[in-house]
Amino acid sequence: MKKILTIVLLLSLSIHSCTKLQPKPPKDEEILDGPVEGLSYEEQVQFLKGDIAFNDDIFTVETGLGPLFVSTSCGSCHAGDGKGHPFTTLTRFGQHDSTGNKFLHLGGPQLQNRAIPGYIPEQIPSGATYSKIIPPANTGLGYLEAVTDADILALADPDDINGDGISGRPNWTIPATYLDIPVNSISNNGKYIGRFGKKAAAFNLLHQTVLAYNQDMGITSIYEPYDTYDQLEKDPEVGNQTIHDVVFYLQTLKTPRQRNTDNENVEEGKRLFIQSDCAKCHIPELKTGYSKIEALSFKTFHPYTDMLLHDMGEGLDDGYTEGSALSSEWRTPALWGMGLSKNSQGGTYYLLHDGRATSIHQAIMLHGGEATSSRNKYSSLSIEQRNQIEKFLESL
Amino acid sequence: MKLVLLTSFIVLLSCPCFSQIDSTLLRQAPANSSDTLLNMDAVYNRPFLSIGRLPVSLGGYVEANWQHLGTDGVTEGHQFQMRRFTLFVASTIYDRLKFLSEVEFEDGTKEINIEFAALDMEFHPLLNMRGGIILNPIGAFNQNHDGPKWEFIDRPISSTQMLPATWSNVGFGIYGKQSKQDFMFAYEAYLTNGFNDKIINNSEGRTSLSAAKENEERFEENFNGLPLVTLKAAVSHSKVAEIGLSYMGGVYNKFEEDGLLLNKKYRVDVFAVDMNTVIKITGTYINTEFALIHVEIPPTYSQQYGSRQYGGFLDIVQPFYKKPILGFNESILNISCRLEYVDWNMARFKETNTNIANHVYAIVPSISWRISSETVLRLNYRYQWQADLLGNPYSKTAGFQAGFSSYF
Ligand code: HEC
Ligand code: HEC
Repeated sequence: MKKILTIVLLLSLSIHSCTKLQPKPPKDEEILDGPVEGLSYEEQVQFLKGDIAFNDDIFTVETGLGPLFVSTSCGSCHAGDGKGHPFTTLTRFGQHDSTGNKFLHLGGPQLQNRAIPGYIPEQIPSGATYSKIIPPANTGLGYLEAVTDADILALADPDDINGDGISGRPNWTIPATYLDIPVNSISNNGKYIGRFGKKAAAFNLLHQTVLAYNQDMGITSIYEPYDTYDQLEKDPEVGNQTIHDVVFYLQTLKTPRQRNTDNENVEEGKRLFIQSDCAKCHIPELKTGYSKIEALSFKTFHPYTDMLLHDMGEGLDDGYTEGSALSSEWRTPALWGMGLSKNSQGGTYYLLHDGRATSIHQAIMLHGGEATSSRNKYSSLSIEQRNQIEKFLESL
Repeated sequence: MKLVLLTSFIVLLSCPCFSQIDSTLLRQAPANSSDTLLNMDAVYNRPFLSIGRLPVSLGGYVEANWQHLGTDGVTEGHQFQMRRFTLFVASTIYDRLKFLSEVEFEDGTKEINIEFAALDMEFHPLLNMRGGIILNPIGAFNQNHDGPKWEFIDRPISSTQMLPATWSNVGFGIYGKQSKQDFMFAYEAYLTNGFNDKIINNSEGRTSLSAAKENEERFEENFNGLPLVTLKAAVSHSKVAEIGLSYMGGVYNKFEEDGLLLNKKYRVDVFAVDMNTVIKITGTYINTEFALIHVEIPPTYSQQYGSRQYGGFLDIVQPFYKKPILGFNESILNISCRLEYVDWNMARFKETNTNIANHVYAIVPSISWRISSETVLRLNYRYQWQADLLGNPYSKTAGFQAGFSSYF
């Protein structure tokens, strides 16, 4: 009888303590995925739908995968919405000058290096130059999308009028015909500011998303209906609603929250970061304009980017151009979430556009071109001071 | 086919003679508990009910449970699940000519499967023929999967998500066994319909033999016209242990259709060992099974789909109270623990020469009350660590499960 009582007791204890003996949720500031604060119920529902499409929709031959592809789901390359790994890199090919990609008829600009059984994947055509690019984190992109063109242009200094050696400029792109141009957009001879991708070649998140479906997974949509295998127009393999849900998900992913802000080293690191002119490109604070999503409208946020292209010198020049971005030009990457990067990169840093730097120090030392004098300022700091910059970046 | 069988069951069950039957005519034949039984005998080693002189005996089992699991702080809350409801129909058509079938309803009626429906003919103890829908004897769990035989609510990960238990196919084969003093030897050899390209073309994003079950046509049509070979040899010593070695292999892709060559042939090969024993002094029951899978992956495919997988489980069951409880005279209380491991992708990234993680560990302590040999109440606690491809911090799942499983 006692035994029975013990069992009954155990059972009720387990029901009672069911959540106590379960894994604790990671602290909000320790993870990158999750929605921005202030979404309405409808918006939360759409966020969830986008989350599922982004992370759980794994494409198969039956649902349209390929025939040529790079990976089978968005989430497989953007684990936990953080930075990627050399295994999940994309390769784009073209040529040295910016006269437009000459290899489109040979499968350019993106290499689909994998194929469903029975098909042969692409290879880089002879004569083409190429760049490998590692996935960036997907956090806070809605904020970056909602910065006004005027604010971005105010940061640009294409002719280096202020003479500081830094001359950021936007990637002026011709938006695909299916993209809506927001009313306050500023045009330059019919071209508009590109914002996303390592060379800022994608106009907005819809553009980036439908290109990703098409080029990364071989999934056609009403927007990008041409198959990468035979360049023929195909029935849509992903619905418009799903695309919009994914775009909404990307727009409403929260921004990473800074940690250890009251740590002395972090504070000192921030001061040194600004003193070394890092903050001239990695702009600490930006603000959004009007957004249809109320939670994103007129907000101040801290991405550490100017969204502009910079010549980063010969060392980072792969000889591949995209839109008006030259081969040595890269868009300043946001530094927010830096300290959490390793949690999505398998425990190691893979920094810079192709992941060649495996530490923050290496990434900084590989800065050249417009960032040369800033890098020199950094390298003339004491080891302790450099560590403080690193501590600061890891707190982001 | 499913429908025909289903209807015949329903007809059988609703047959008026059934409801009017005098219960004294019902003979309950308990499962045989002799030492000389092997895992391969599991399909027949179940309690059956015979009705008067009807040549058909019936049986089945049912499993239901409650669970409350959480993954990284997110829980689906209280879940009440009717995992399985399985019916057996067996009949001895003629001396040495038997038929047995097992139909399973999983998660309500979400999945209805004929797990087994085969005719057995004995020519000699060393030569029996079996044909129909059979359970491929890979490892031991697949053949010996009835819920009431286990102390754990979840089936092992390695047997369900890695190996596709329950994995049954249409086919034919032979088996036999022979005993000599304390030893018993047995073999099984079958040719059946095989796997299909779902192994690498699935929505799990990894090599998955169990995804092959998604192909609805597999009982009707062999995907590529080549047989799947399954071989098993087992030895047991009545005082030591039973050990089984098994192999299953074949081509899984469609390389040809309408006489046109479509692709090269790609193979899947599985090797498994299983062992079970009772340590006489302590009465501890130990049961384990490990398998290694090798799948040829087209070179054009992503390394996300691994060519080698490995995994298994170890169950340790310790009876600690064998006295009547609440008038159930055969009551036994067991305390047990299951350890599980599966590596979904045993390889290194070409790009970085670092390990492809993608593995899962679990530990499942359990307390169970065997009310009789046929019914068990179980309380499990599960803690599970899942690593993604890149080896990022583990996603952790844990929680309690409680439920019962019983033959009827
Ligand atoms: C094969 C891996 C891979 C897959 C699959 C993939 N991405 Fe990406 N993603 C990348 C890489 C690499 C980049 C950098 C692209 C560039 O520089 O142009 C990127 C960039 C992005 C960006 C721009 C981020 C920024 O800061 O500029 C977004 C948004 C994005 N991906 C969304 C998606 C969505 C949505 C999907 C699924 C439809 C997807 N990705 C599928 C690898 C992938
Ligand atoms: C001229 C503009 C500029 C300046 C000044 C600059 N950076 Fe950068 N930074 C960039 C660009 C552009 C990249 C991306 C280069 C690439 O991907 O190859 C980058 C990349 C980085 C990265 C790697 C980010 C990632 O996600 O891979 C770090 C870390 C970084 N910068 C830190 C610093 C620090 C610290 C300083 C000051 C010592 C600094 N940067 C100064 C433009 C600049």
